Amino acid sequence: MFRQTEIINQPSTIPPSKEEGEYLTINVGPQHPATHGVLHLVITLSGETIINIEPHLGYIHRSIEKMCESLSYRQFIYVTSRMDYLSSHINNHACALVVEKGLQVEVPQRAQYIRVIMDELTRIASHSLWWGAMAMDLGAFTPFFHAFREREAINEIMEETCGARLTMNYMVPGGVMVDLHPNFQQKTKALIQAYYNRLDEWDELVTGNIIFQNRMKGVGMLSAENAISYGCTGPVARGSGVSCDVRKIYPYEIYNQLQFDEILETGCDSLARYNVRLKEIRQSLKIVEQLIDNIPEGEFQAKTKAVLKLPKGEFYQRVETARGELGVYIVSEGGTTPYRIKFRSPGFSNLSALNHMVKGSKIGDLIAAMGTLDLVIPDIDR
Amino acid sequence: MFIKNYIKEVFGAVKSLWTGMRMTGYYFTHKKEVITEQYPDNRATLQLAERFRGEVVMPHDENNQHACTGCSACEIACPNATIKIINKFDILPDGKKKKAIDKFVYHLELCTMCGLCVEACPTSAIKMANTFEHSVYDRRQLTKTLNQPGSKIREGVE
Repeated sequence: MFRQTEIINQPSTIPPSKEEGEYLTINVGPQHPATHGVLHLVITLSGETIINIEPHLGYIHRSIEKMCESLSYRQFIYVTSRMDYLSSHINNHACALVVEKGLQVEVPQRAQYIRVIMDELTRIASHSLWWGAMAMDLGAFTPFFHAFREREAINEIMEETCGARLTMNYMVPGGVMVDLHPNFQQKTKALIQAYYNRLDEWDELVTGNIIFQNRMKGVGMLSAENAISYGCTGPVARGSGVSCDVRKIYPYEIYNQLQFDEILETGCDSLARYNVRLKEIRQSLKIVEQLIDNIPEGEFQAKTKAVLKLPKGEFYQRVETARGELGVYIVSEGGTTPYRIKFRSPGFSNLSALNHMVKGSKIGDLIAAMGTLDLVIPDIDR
Repeated sequence: MFIKNYIKEVFGAVKSLWTGMRMTGYYFTHKKEVITEQYPDNRATLQLAERFRGEVVMPHDENNQHACTGCSACEIACPNATIKIINKFDILPDGKKKKAIDKFVYHLELCTMCGLCVEACPTSAIKMANTFEHSVYDRRQLTKTLNQPGSKIREGVE
């Protein structure tokens, strides 16, 4: 209540530039618990007020785009699990979709259902992990364990069907790699029921907490115009009231047949982005609930040639990951490997808005604002 | 007015703290909710999913026979050059030559467990095993030959 959050709304209160030496430059990262990875922020401070933030990237650059140029259209999908490792299913999905678009393969209905269920489970797991990590950034340690316990249930389902917990590589061009495990439906239904109760617990534990709300309200303001001009997507933009859900605007697979709402908040602050993600978990549970009893019988993989060759041309596909819009752009020369691949990752654009969001506020608010961006550093660097 | 708001907020903060602590207390007293596994101590009872991808193995039957024809489909499918197949030619009793594997070299240190080799295999000669404790002191021990010495291709597998 004694916090000076008004400063954010009045950029003119930032002290005018002083002589060199009166500003303090500090480094957050590359190894810092609050940055969730090797993100390096060079922060210029005047007292406790942030003057400028400069992210230094490249600590985990693995040149995934260049690597993909030497891999075939079946092989390059597994590398993309390593970009945004918390929504690896959705990354793989985007790559599979763009290859199918080039080959003009019809994906069987069963495979489409399985893919969408897996996507939404991944989104729930990703948002859960974010919730725990976000609360831990603000100093609450218990929510971290709550979140990881719930996420563990999803990981077990993934492990049983896909064979891995984090880098699944379950999508192949034309469908999915193996059929669902016999226990899948029963376990997922139990998970959905448990999750609704857990979400109420989470609201009680963190969302309703006054200390938490005071740290989030009015922090990291990002107006709708700025969200658009910085290219923000996903929950970051939707927290500012920008409608940008790719599942609604450019529906892929069976998303146009599903009943779900695009969550929009107009608060523009950290609390709005927090609320968007928690409500999105409920929407994802709703989607899984609709699909889990109606998975059609049939093939889980379309028949494709042993060696895939995309026709000459350019192909683009966008999907909605847990962090925002992921675009995969392939230039093909007609060979077995792509000529050029470009990934438009959501984390990079969202990070670029950080300087604007926290300029003029206190350094303590930086962590609260950065936490709601849900940064995954390998996704930013690739 | 300011003092009133101040006191109101303090009481609100204490109340929400109490709400949080109540949940912590619930889980502290309900041992059934604990799902932690004591990993290195529970090796005997550890249950892994059957599809868990830990390592590529080549199953052999009781006659020391496998199903690998040496077609190199897995070698082509592998994104990391993890698999190297060295072929030889067996001379059959009727004088014909037949291709067979001499060595199925598997570099575990390069493997990312993507499962593309198992997917590509036309005769299901290789599969993913559940083992996951791969630590060794010398990395040369991770380069494995999957076909057992003296093993042969199973009759009828083409």
